Amino acid sequence: MGFKHKDIIALQDLTGDEIQLLLDTAENMREVNSRDIKKVPTLRGKTIINLFYEASTRTRTSFEIAAKRLSADTVNISTSTSSTTKGETLLDTALNLLAMKPDIIVMRHAISGAHYFLAKRLPCSIVNAGDGAHEHPSQGLLDMLTMRQKFGRLDGLKVAIVGDITHSRVARSNIHGLTKMGASIFLSGPPTMVPPGIERLGNVTVCTDMRDAIADADVVMMLRIQLERQGKTLLPTLKEYSRYYGLNPENLKLAKKDAMVMHPGPINRGVELSSFVADGDQSHILTQVENGVAVRMAMLYHVSGGELPTE
Amino acid sequence: MSLLIKGGRVIDPSQGIDDTLDVLVEEGRIKEVGKGLKAPGAEIVDAKGMLVVPGLIDMHVHLRDPGLEYKEDIVSGTRAAAAGGFTSVACMPNTKPVNDNKTVTAYILDKARREGVVNVYPIGAITQGSKGEALAEMGELKEAGCVAVSDDGHPVGNAELMRRALEYARGMGIMVISHAEEKALVGEGVMNEGFTSTELGLKGIPRVAEDIATARDALLAEYTASPLHIAHVSTAGSIQIIREAKARGVRVTCETAPHYFSLTDDSVRGYDTNAKMNPPLREADDVAAVKAGLADGTIDAIATDHAPHHLDEKDIEFNLALNGIVGLETSLSLSLNLVEEGVLDLGTLIGKMSCNPARILGIERGTLKQGAVADITVIDPDREWAVTEEGLASKSKNSPWIGETMKGCAAYTIVGGKVVYKRG
Repeated sequence: MGFKHKDIIALQDLTGDEIQLLLDTAENMREVNSRDIKKVPTLRGKTIINLFYEASTRTRTSFEIAAKRLSADTVNISTSTSSTTKGETLLDTALNLLAMKPDIIVMRHAISGAHYFLAKRLPCSIVNAGDGAHEHPSQGLLDMLTMRQKFGRLDGLKVAIVGDITHSRVARSNIHGLTKMGASIFLSGPPTMVPPGIERLGNVTVCTDMRDAIADADVVMMLRIQLERQGKTLLPTLKEYSRYYGLNPENLKLAKKDAMVMHPGPINRGVELSSFVADGDQSHILTQVENGVAVRMAMLYHVSGGELPTE
Repeated sequence: MSLLIKGGRVIDPSQGIDDTLDVLVEEGRIKEVGKGLKAPGAEIVDAKGMLVVPGLIDMHVHLRDPGLEYKEDIVSGTRAAAAGGFTSVACMPNTKPVNDNKTVTAYILDKARREGVVNVYPIGAITQGSKGEALAEMGELKEAGCVAVSDDGHPVGNAELMRRALEYARGMGIMVISHAEEKALVGEGVMNEGFTSTELGLKGIPRVAEDIATARDALLAEYTASPLHIAHVSTAGSIQIIREAKARGVRVTCETAPHYFSLTDDSVRGYDTNAKMNPPLREADDVAAVKAGLADGTIDAIATDHAPHHLDEKDIEFNLALNGIVGLETSLSLSLNLVEEGVLDLGTLIGKMSCNPARILGIERGTLKQGAVADITVIDPDREWAVTEEGLASKSKNSPWIGETMKGCAAYTIVGGKVVYKRG
């Protein structure tokens, strides 16, 4: 089957088959990444612009490496979101970039829905590298790829996601993706960080007590706590947060024996994740990062509508 | 010059009339309402199959004049009003400068008199600059011609100041209109908080932000024994609070807007900025509560909160887009849906769009009594029409109904006996 979308903005917009296709292609890309010469000519002559309105190291680098391994030409633009309110509008910036004929714009933006806004107005492909608290589809895909590698399946997995669900685009992409692939999701966080109706978004159960969410889980995914984003009203202190919603060797025992520990990064050691867990045998955090490149290669490849890379 | 409106179904709740009658207008006033009227030489309006009602009154619009004429001005805004069947509008003070002094009030009234096509009743500010810090000169505003005071667009955040505003306004014989919103609970919210905001990843505005402010202001009105009008109610909670306050004898009235009984926050899907307003579109149970509030009389009036914005302020990312939609030209059709759905009978609907706003604002309008100023709306209830950007008389086109077909519209809008709008 082919991939019919011009853009990848949200896993909510993709079918289970399309997610499967992206994950299968990512497996092929992993093979490319394991070669001595990690480069295929698939996207030669294509121009990809990484337009980042929010700070990012991992995602931007990962997208750039992904593009380069497919032989595309890449340009990185990092700018602060505040410039959208005083200077050039997002649409004007995009139209100016469009005049230089890019094939794909990979964008991160602080405002949910900004990608739909652009995609409706621009003929080039838009790939979402994170929009507000809406979605982060490449993260969702790389998380699923990492889980699938370990368990050989996604169907039937119990995945716990713990932390600030309200502000998490990672949580939303995982909920949509995992639900479509047959997994069940158990969310936990302080009620100040669990948004209304989240259980209707997919195969989701909300647990007030973190221990209920991680009990017998195949995967425990911890989300980053950002005090600067969450403000002062949602939490008393990081210390208390860590005590009730942090993952440590003790409560990790509640999960399945071979449960995976995941985190989208960057981690706050000693807050949502103790160093013993972050660096322990069950941690797959760096595998996630590794898979990120393969998944993003698959995304860029499919929105370009090219042929599969040959051996 | 006289005008004879023949053979229409005349509905005038102020006199309890609902009958097929003629209306004769002479020298700008209602001369007679009766059967088989004759008036040689009079201009004839054939109203067969139409409704003839007291001129509609929209007690909550933003004309953007002075200072924001790129969105709307008194000319375009009153033309939009006439096209929507409104013979009078009350305009909110959040212009540039704010209408918190007699100079701005006089400018609005003067321009409306010279260039406007419908009656314009200015609403002054509660606080200087609508900043919520010190009371505006309400005595001066009233003398200059303001019919009420409001800081619409912003709540009066300080409860003590709101208490004093209610007391002081009572002394001046002017009514306070509350924009009921607890800002601390709104935070950076951009749409109703609920499943849809969770799904879209947009910051939510909880309904309780409106409920708390409504309760506070109703209690202050009760405590100060002052009249209070609550603008644009949108939640089941605030309607229940007003219902209970009315039952206790509090002098509180309220309005809702057509979008609050026509749309839910589902309309925000796709990040449609024409579904972004304040208060935000709510959920299905709120829509049901708004309809119930209209039906049982808790909600006294339908007002549009007509809020024109330039394309540059709407055709942008959702969080950055300004709040509000234009409403003058779609209000009548949307409100007639309430009759179709059996929520209201026609007489009650006309009451909420004409007689009641006139009574709340204390203006001598909203009636077809003999001798009254001849402000009359002739409604074609069956006429279907398409909402298009080109078709809207307003300068701004920020309507969620662009591209849709509506039923029922004004056929003639008559102000002071003069036909100011006739549907082609």
